Amino acid sequence: MRGRRLLTMAGLALGPLLVLAVFFVLPVSGMIGRGFVVDGRFDVSGVVDVLGRPRTHRVLWFTVWSAGLATICSVVLGLPAAYVLHRLAFPLRNLVRALLLVPFVLPTVVVGVAFRLLVGESGPLGFLGLDGTPVAIIAGLTFFNVAVVIRAVGVAWESLDPRPAEAAAALGATPAQVFRTVTFPALRPALVSAASVVFLFCATSFGVVLTLGGLRYSSVETEIYLLTTQLLDLQAAAALSILQLLAVTALLVLAGRLRRVPDPTVERRTARPRPVRRQDAGQLALTFLTLALVAAPILTLVLGSLRAHGEWTLANYRNLDSVGAGNALLVPVTSALVTSLRTAVDATWMALLLGGLIAVVVSRRSVSPAERRLRSTLDGIFMLPLGVSAVTLGFGFLITLDRPPLELRESPLLVPIAQALVALPLVVRILVPVLAGADDRQRQAAASLGAGPLRAFATVDLPLVWRPLLAAAGFAFAISLGEFGATSFLFRDEHPTLPVVIYQLIGRPGSDNFGMALAASVVLAAATALVVLVVDRFGTRSLGTF
Amino acid sequence: MRRIPVAVAVVSAALLTASCSLVGSGDGGDDDTKVVLVTHESFVMSKKLQKQFEDESGYDLVIKASGDAGALTNKLVLTKDDPTGDAVFGIDNTFGSRAIDEGVLAPYAAKLPDGASTYALAGDDEHALTPVDTGNVCVNVDDTWFADKGIPEPRSLEDLVKPDYKDLFVTPGATTSSPGLAFLLATIAEFGEDGWQDYWGRLMANGTELTQGWSDAYEVDFTQGGGNGDRPIVLSYDSSPAFTLDGQGGTTTSALLDTCFRQVEYAGVLAGAHNPDGARALVDFMLSEPFQEALPDAMYVFPVDSSVALPEDWARFARQPEHPFTVDPAQIAEHRDEWLRDWSDVTSR
Amino acid sequence: MLRLTDLSVSYDGTPAVRDVDLELPDGQVLAVLGPSGCGKSTLLRSVAGLEPLVSGSVAWDGRDLTRVPTHKRGFALMFQDGQLFNHLTVARNVGYALRLRHTPGLEARVEELLSLVGLEGYGDRLPATLSGGERQRVALARCLAVRPRLLLLDEPLSALDAGLRQRLAADLRAILTQEGITALMVTHDHDEAFTVADRLAVMRSGRIVQQGEIGEVWRAPVDAETALFLGYARVLEGPAAAIVRDEVEHRTPFSTAISSRTIPAVRLAVRRSAFRVDPDGRLKGAVVEARTTPEQVRLVVDVEGIGELDAVAPLDQHPGPGEPVRLSVDATRTAVVGGR
Repeated sequence: MRGRRLLTMAGLALGPLLVLAVFFVLPVSGMIGRGFVVDGRFDVSGVVDVLGRPRTHRVLWFTVWSAGLATICSVVLGLPAAYVLHRLAFPLRNLVRALLLVPFVLPTVVVGVAFRLLVGESGPLGFLGLDGTPVAIIAGLTFFNVAVVIRAVGVAWESLDPRPAEAAAALGATPAQVFRTVTFPALRPALVSAASVVFLFCATSFGVVLTLGGLRYSSVETEIYLLTTQLLDLQAAAALSILQLLAVTALLVLAGRLRRVPDPTVERRTARPRPVRRQDAGQLALTFLTLALVAAPILTLVLGSLRAHGEWTLANYRNLDSVGAGNALLVPVTSALVTSLRTAVDATWMALLLGGLIAVVVSRRSVSPAERRLRSTLDGIFMLPLGVSAVTLGFGFLITLDRPPLELRESPLLVPIAQALVALPLVVRILVPVLAGADDRQRQAAASLGAGPLRAFATVDLPLVWRPLLAAAGFAFAISLGEFGATSFLFRDEHPTLPVVIYQLIGRPGSDNFGMALAASVVLAAATALVVLVVDRFGTRSLGTF
Repeated sequence: MRRIPVAVAVVSAALLTASCSLVGSGDGGDDDTKVVLVTHESFVMSKKLQKQFEDESGYDLVIKASGDAGALTNKLVLTKDDPTGDAVFGIDNTFGSRAIDEGVLAPYAAKLPDGASTYALAGDDEHALTPVDTGNVCVNVDDTWFADKGIPEPRSLEDLVKPDYKDLFVTPGATTSSPGLAFLLATIAEFGEDGWQDYWGRLMANGTELTQGWSDAYEVDFTQGGGNGDRPIVLSYDSSPAFTLDGQGGTTTSALLDTCFRQVEYAGVLAGAHNPDGARALVDFMLSEPFQEALPDAMYVFPVDSSVALPEDWARFARQPEHPFTVDPAQIAEHRDEWLRDWSDVTSR
Repeated sequence: MLRLTDLSVSYDGTPAVRDVDLELPDGQVLAVLGPSGCGKSTLLRSVAGLEPLVSGSVAWDGRDLTRVPTHKRGFALMFQDGQLFNHLTVARNVGYALRLRHTPGLEARVEELLSLVGLEGYGDRLPATLSGGERQRVALARCLAVRPRLLLLDEPLSALDAGLRQRLAADLRAILTQEGITALMVTHDHDEAFTVADRLAVMRSGRIVQQGEIGEVWRAPVDAETALFLGYARVLEGPAAAIVRDEVEHRTPFSTAISSRTIPAVRLAVRRSAFRVDPDGRLKGAVVEARTTPEQVRLVVDVEGIGELDAVAPLDQHPGPGEPVRLSVDATRTAVVGGR
């Protein structure tokens, strides 16, 4: 019986593990391996030497504290917004939700420009003197990642039974005490998951650190980029990649600890969002602050996209089906958008399929401590891609997937696969708390009524995960739309995605191209918001109809 | 009843997915008739020119563009055992030596047009790299700004550290941008291998702002850029004044011709190419008149062919320096890492 | 003393509780009895401060609490399924409110409460390991910890099986009396209400249709529906009611339960055990249906002039269908509907 359980688990995990092995372990170890081989000989000393450099320590320290602080900011701003957007009812709620997800997909290069238009010396917020400071970096990172917290925690919060909180209030707990003693413990798994994902995104963020830090700050990621693409110092790059892997592993172990709760069974039932009351003022205020933080750069973008040659115009948008001033592009923005959408569809189903399988395996209750450890290790392994440099991964693809049977670097699916790997951890993180919270007895009940494992999954788990699944799909889609790091290494020139095209446009002289880049960013943002809106809508409509 | 809409939704979602998917949409195309160009992300070649090349040569052209010149070169080095293409465009004179030393290129002595030979990479005796275009990275100034303020414009690198020009200069960084690196090389050429660090120290003390890339500096911080920048001195190209026309027959900016570093971009045939003949044909095509003629508009660079006519705006406003700074490619190859590290240290807070 | 005045609550514009007036003196237990969906839980939640009122007020000792948030009301609410905090041990659940208030002597009090509800030594267990009855005991202990001035009980026993429910209801009554607790309980089970409460309010479609001391309500249900809900088997009208009433008056001329001077067209609620097979009985009829239960035989008898009636027989008599029987009436098991 036990053997069969493990066998089933292994069977389910096999597919995702294989994908991970080919598209992550192989390329990354290929790149790191290059760092250990000097002049055809295996040599560890070079790597060790790099690890001892003061510069390495400085870079690592900056990465850890800036990412840590940005994570805390994202959580502090994201929690109240998650509550307001997922527990309260007010007009335009879904629209606001969708808007808050937009930053997540905007290419960093554009956001960097938008932020600098805002906080730069001559911008409306220039008096704050933030340009080129760590504060700007952290604000930028928070801008990008607050959506992760809102989304992941919001989904968990939405399906949280309100009655324990009421019971606590009826026992005399103040709202703050209720949150601390009842709501927070119930949200903790989701919150820790979201925070660890945010930390990884922040720690591997590349553009934000460079653009907003005015080149004065180096993170592990920017350092790897510099070492690999400019200096070709593969030893040092390998050393830092290893450092990244170690740090990520440590983080995941820690997160696993923090996530563990005495009894993961959480009564799930979607509470009716209730009207706004006076005591929500604090949360509302913080949500507005978040909204302002998110809206300001976007607004700057929108306004910028509507200006050309010193006047208000739609010319930038009309240009989008052209290839830019002086043929700046190989394909017009409109076809890049189509490519982006098609890629995102692929990346989404891949991420959902793989993520779903992993989530199912990870969330089943274990019969022995060893089995539990195995499951949680499996859970952690799929988070690794988030913590590893896109540069390492991108170059790794090129040098390892170049011969049969893995001659894949020419495959049109490489880009969606890479994006799915980035989205995968988030999908898993959204699904696992929900699946783990499902009462095992329901599955047993289904089994006792003659349902096979598949059928039991369809009757018990599916209705439960239906909404989180949609949330995950929206997220995966958004990640894919906005992914730039790995994509920039892998895209095929005749089929660039929208972020790539925006990046190309913004690098060309001429205010027309700059305006087009802004307009294209707005289109990307709008496309994302639209997708998220539709998904959200679909999600609420069809709840529980399976 | 409620099941029906869901079923419909699921089926239509599945259909939608299937129709959107990229599965099975790989390029067809035969290896023998295909020539793959590996290049950097700034490469632009109009559809018309692509078609012309394909018609004339009989090959299908596939373009793979990613990263900047540095990333491009390093990618070629890493994949030299099994290159991802046949020909390369976009290795510049700061990375040329590395590409040659690492053996990623096969020799090919193309027939050079008039004047092109002056751009050949020093030390490239095997004819591994063929010059295709050139451009100078120069400090640009906003003429209208200086006229309004009644301040004389700076003229030289030394001027940039004067108190008159405090907090006015913005440049992309040398570690993250290829014009930034070119500017660093210009200062190395001017102040010597031991003197540039001191110059940069003074430059930073005079309030110079560093940005990640060219677009950031020009579009956000420069007074004539797309945003509302407040810095009237920016690192850009000698061709940039041709893009800031005032609409009344003039331009609002000018390049300081005594601050320039010359960049040359090269094409070459990759060692181990599947289709070396196609690669050679492509290199030849890049030297042909139609391609050379299109360079200013497509990539904002000057053709190496001195006989090719320039666009009208370029002829009027894009002045090239006569004696730009140069640094020996071999020296660049040897010291680049060290210089970039030193530069990082000087400019870090 | 709790006083609800004109209290109304709506869900999405649909009224759930309408114009409820209730009083609950200190130290008493009031049961609100009503079928599911009648709004009784909503009423309870609004007393707890969990539902906003459309109109009316909740007052304690004359002080209006309508705008006071839940946690400042000094009430405790016990949910139908306990709503224990699954991530906390039993002891921490019980001590929850004490810990919030930093009450000294916490552990001793928790021990005391656990022994009060009969769960000594359960302190370190997690709620998931408890049975349904144990969970409800823990929930009760948790509510009692801070000696709330009012305990609100939302169907506290309905999730439990019948035997356990009876035992626990008695325990609950004992604990409430012993601790002198003022409590408002909602339930759909009249047995539970009778066991636990001093006073009874019957609720239907959002309104309180009758309230009073529990025996009073029992003896004089306000209408037929209420009577049926209180456990009366049938409500007789017209001639049938008159015949039974005459019978009652004949047998018990000094009945306090029913007065012949009340309404002429009387409706009479009768319990199943009001009619008993008795050779000396004066009602004649024929058995239609007979079923043996552990305590007695349950019959349906077609009585002359009345029609079908429920009746009981001792276990040693077992008249089969079609057999003629005589029935006598126990006046204490009948009630005149709509009057007192």
